[in-house]
Amino acid sequence: MKSSAPLIFAFIVGIIVLLSEFIPHSPFNEIVSTLEGWFMIISGFAILLGQISLIRMNTHKIVHKLDNWQYHLAGLISFGLMLALGLLWGMQETPGILGDATGIQAWLGQKPFDYLFENAYLPLSATLFSLLAFFIASAAYRAFIIRGLESNLLMITAIIVIIGRTSIGTMLTGWLPESLHFWHFPNLADFIMEFPNTAAQRAILISAGLGIVGSSLRIILGIERSYLGGDK
Amino acid sequence: MRKTLLSLLFLILIGLLMANTFSAKDSPWDNGKSIDLVWEISPMAIKVEICRQDADEPKRVLLTCSDPSGSFRDNELEPNNEYHYQLKAYFQDDDLTLSASAQTRAQWFYMGKLGFLLLLLLVCGAILYYIQAARHGKEFFIRRIAGLDSMEEAIGRATEKGKPILYVPGISDLDDIQTIASLTILSHLAERAAEYDTEIIVPCRFSMVLSAAKEVVREAYLKAGRLDAYKPDNVFYLTDDQFGFVAGIDGIMLRRKPAANFFMGSFYAESLILAETGFATGAIQTAGTAQAHQLPFFVVTCDYTLIGEELFAASAYLSKDPQQLGSLKGHDFGKLVIILLIILGVILEILETSNLKEFIAGAIS
Repeated sequence: MKSSAPLIFAFIVGIIVLLSEFIPHSPFNEIVSTLEGWFMIISGFAILLGQISLIRMNTHKIVHKLDNWQYHLAGLISFGLMLALGLLWGMQETPGILGDATGIQAWLGQKPFDYLFENAYLPLSATLFSLLAFFIASAAYRAFIIRGLESNLLMITAIIVIIGRTSIGTMLTGWLPESLHFWHFPNLADFIMEFPNTAAQRAILISAGLGIVGSSLRIILGIERSYLGGDK
Repeated sequence: MRKTLLSLLFLILIGLLMANTFSAKDSPWDNGKSIDLVWEISPMAIKVEICRQDADEPKRVLLTCSDPSGSFRDNELEPNNEYHYQLKAYFQDDDLTLSASAQTRAQWFYMGKLGFLLLLLLVCGAILYYIQAARHGKEFFIRRIAGLDSMEEAIGRATEKGKPILYVPGISDLDDIQTIASLTILSHLAERAAEYDTEIIVPCRFSMVLSAAKEVVREAYLKAGRLDAYKPDNVFYLTDDQFGFVAGIDGIMLRRKPAANFFMGSFYAESLILAETGFATGAIQTAGTAQAHQLPFFVVTCDYTLIGEELFAASAYLSKDPQQLGSLKGHDFGKLVIILLIILGVILEILETSNLKEFIAGAIS
C-alpha cells in the first residue's frame, strides 16, 4: 500500500489535470486550483525541512571543525541575522515583533532587514551575475577555436551576428547598393537569428515537448517510478 | 395592384435588411469567460460605442469604432453571470441606443483545442502501442546517447581519483517535469555510485526537491545493498536564491574538486557560471536540459550534453526496461507525425490554404 498509494494518487491527479486542459466546465477548474493550493501548502511545510537541513549540515561542519568551517559559520550567522532582523522589526510595510524600528530607521534610512537586503544581498547577487560576462568570453573563445568544419561554421556565424548587432556592422556594409540589401551585416544577422536559429530552437522545443508527453504518460501510468525512489 | 404589392414587398425587405440589430451571445465551446457581441446598423452611423453595464459597477466602454457592422468578444468575464450591454450609434443629427444581454456558460469542451487533443491522442496511442509491443517481447533499436553512456566513465573516473560526484538537479521546483526527469536519472546514478562506493553530493535549491532527492538517493543505496554507505548529509538544501545557489555550488566545486559534475534539469542564467567553474576544476561534465537558450552554454563547456528530449529519455535508456524503451519508440512516431504535418503545412501555406495551421493553432472554434 505504501508504494502503490503514491502511484494511484499520481494517476488520478495526472488524469484530472490532463482532462482539465480540455474541459473548461466545473468542477475541473476548481479541482486543479485546489491541487495547486495543496502544492503551495506542502511546499510551505517543506521549507522547514530545508531550514533544518541547512542548520544541521552547517552546524555539523562547525562543531567538527571540518575543512573550511569558517564559511559555514559565516553562512549560519548571515542566516540567523536576517531571520532575527526580519522577525524583530519586519520588512518594508510589515511590522515585526518589536514594531517598525522607527529609531533605527531614522539612523539607517530604512528597516535593518531592508538595509542589509539592499546593501549586502543585492550587490553580492549582482556581482555573481556579472561574472557571466567573463565566463561568456572564455567559453566563446574555446567554442570559436577552429578544429573542424562545424566549429568553423560556428565561428563565421557568430562573427556575422556579433558585427551585425553592433554599429560597426552598419558602418562596414552601409555603402552596399539596395540590390545587395540582404548582405548588409545587420540584415544578415537578423536573417540568422530569425530563420536558422529559430528553426533549430523550435526543433529542440518540439522534441522536448514530445519527451514531456512520453515522460508524463510513463509517470501517470506508473511505468516510470524511479522518481519515487524505487523502480518496481 | 400587383405592382403595388411588389413595391411593398421590396420596401419590407429593404427595411428588414436595414434593421438595426445588436445581439449578445455566450461564446461557444469555451470556459464561460467570454460573450460574443454582434451588431449591424445603418451605414449612416458616424460612431458606434459599446458599453458593458454591470449592476454594481459604473458603465464601462468596451469599444469605440465607426463600423456599421461587426463583432467583438468580451473576455475575462465570470462564468454563469448575466451581463448587460448597450450599443450607442451616433448619426448626423440623431443617435440610437440598443441593448442586449447574455449569460456566460462554461462548456464541456474547448473546441479550439481539438487539434491539440487529436495530436496528443495520436502520440499517446503510439506510445501505449509500443509499450504493449515491448511487453509482448518485441525488441526495439534505440540509438546511442553518448551523454548517458558516459555516465559509467564519469563514475569510474571519480572512483579512480577517490573524488566525489556532484549532481545538480536543476534550479526548478518539483512541479517542473525536468526536475522529475532529473530525479529519475539521479536514481540510476546514485545506484551506480553506491556500487562503486563513490560519494555523491546533491545540493538542492528547493525543499520539496530536497525531500524527493533524499528519498531517491537512499532507495538507490538500498537497492545496491549499500545502505551503510549512504550519507544523508550529502543531499542537502543550499538556498532558494538563484545566484546564492550558484555561489554555493561553485564553492563546492572549487573546494572539493569533484571528479564528475552532472547538471540535469531546468537551468537559466546560471548555467554557464556553473559549467565554466566545473570546467576550470577539470571535472568530466555532463549536462542535460530542455531549456533551448541554455543548451549552447552547456554544449561549449561540458563533455556531454543531453539535448531536449534526451533528458526525458534518459531514465528509459538507463533502465533498459523494455516497456520504457517501447515508450521511446512512441516519441519517434510523434516526431514522424510532426515532420509530416510540417511538410503538409508548408505545402498548404504555399497553396494559400491555412486551414491546417488554424486547426492546429486552435483558431477554428
